[in-house]
Amino acid sequence: MKVGILALQGDFEAHAKMLARLGVEPRFVRTVAELTGLAALVLPGGESTTHLKFLREEGLWDPIRQFAESGGALLGTCAGAILLAREVKNPSQESLGLADLTVVRNAYGRQLASEIRFGPTKLRAGPLQMVFIRAPIIERVGPGVEVLAECDGRPVLVRDGRVLAATFHPELTDDPTVHEAFLKLARNGS
Amino acid sequence: MNFMESNTWRVKVGLAEMLKGGVIMDVTNVEQAQIAERAGACAVMALERVPADIRKEGGVARMASPKIIREIMAAVSIPVMAKVRIGHFAEAQVLEALEVDFIDESEVLTPADEPHHIWKHDFKVPFVCGARNLGEALRRIAEGAAMIRTKGEAGSGNIVEAVRHLRAITSEIQRLTTLRHEALVHAAKELQAPLELVEWVARNGRLPVPNFSAGGIATPADAALVMQLGAEAVFVGSGIFKSEDPELRARAIVKATTHYNNPKVVLEASEELGEAMKGLDVRQLEEKELLQTRGW
Repeated sequence: MKVGILALQGDFEAHAKMLARLGVEPRFVRTVAELTGLAALVLPGGESTTHLKFLREEGLWDPIRQFAESGGALLGTCAGAILLAREVKNPSQESLGLADLTVVRNAYGRQLASEIRFGPTKLRAGPLQMVFIRAPIIERVGPGVEVLAECDGRPVLVRDGRVLAATFHPELTDDPTVHEAFLKLARNGS
Repeated sequence: MNFMESNTWRVKVGLAEMLKGGVIMDVTNVEQAQIAERAGACAVMALERVPADIRKEGGVARMASPKIIREIMAAVSIPVMAKVRIGHFAEAQVLEALEVDFIDESEVLTPADEPHHIWKHDFKVPFVCGARNLGEALRRIAEGAAMIRTKGEAGSGNIVEAVRHLRAITSEIQRLTTLRHEALVHAAKELQAPLELVEWVARNGRLPVPNFSAGGIATPADAALVMQLGAEAVFVGSGIFKSEDPELRARAIVKATTHYNNPKVVLEASEELGEAMKGLDVRQLEEKELLQTRGW
């Protein structure tokens, strides 16, 4: 199974390391041609405004939406989750609209509010370590969206069909739980 | 080193990780900050004068006025960095109170303390520091820097010093990975750096924090050059807003940084750009005019 990581900017190498640990050799995606043949695609952390501009400039916008429509699995972390959401606030900006979510950018505050927290998850027993960096908040989840992890009573990891979105950075921890769930989703579709 | 396990440290380095592959641009007002954000900058550095003007106008260069920084923070949604003078921890306290996202303890400003850099572990906000070689980089990391950038020669528009510093750091890292343990002790002494950090670098073959490049980047090809030499992102100071068409140049440098390994895209980015900043021959500068020799 081929897994791609959008490598325009951000912590794409941290995702690559995590996937390599799980036995997957990922492909960095910077152009439309590099999307071909992928079963799954990671949208990493970074600056969502920067990613947005590149998706438009490189003509990746529609191909990524088609990739999702044709059954490709997606994982977005932090900036990636912002790109996947249906609606983005603070400020309002365009997004791919592949997960029925409303996301508020930088909702905890600036870098001084960044921190590591723990929260319960459906993916396994015991709390999940969550690295929040200038993180967004999921303000609304659509009726078809499953909440897979919470922190302080808020959804922080959700699934909408074959799309996983996390407001934190599982790739910056030693815990492969979220990436395992993503690969399972890509293989089995659930 | 114990601090590398702490949550505070991981969150500081975490933000640096998010900036990888991107361009951080010097801006002096809201309009420039908005141009930078639109062009795809992953962060901006708020300051009163760009290095080329600091060099030209002289005088003491200090932290920018909080008013300018606050206006820029309000105008863009990307992270905002600001500079403090080397060793001036009170300026850093002010910037932390202002809630900037990253502090650059920078040789571009006039140093406040010649032998002492800031003890950056005292702060919750992350710091970036300049370095010319591995020893300098590791001393700054020991003090708590969560990101290293080459010093290069700021405001020169000349890439030669950034290349020198990047090559020095990467080749020194490479050398450490080949040494036996007793030789690492000797290397630590020569580098004037803590043995634990020297051992970490020897084991991992890289710095424990992201390694960016700054100081002289003026063209898309300059950005592609330092990225291919191992920089993980670039800072552009005077290179953008001292050029003929800043918006076009900003976009072009962002594009070349992402596609640094693809000469066709760097070519595209290099076309129809207008004039680059004029630039200085670093060999014609007097020792006292160099910014890179500030700090140790």
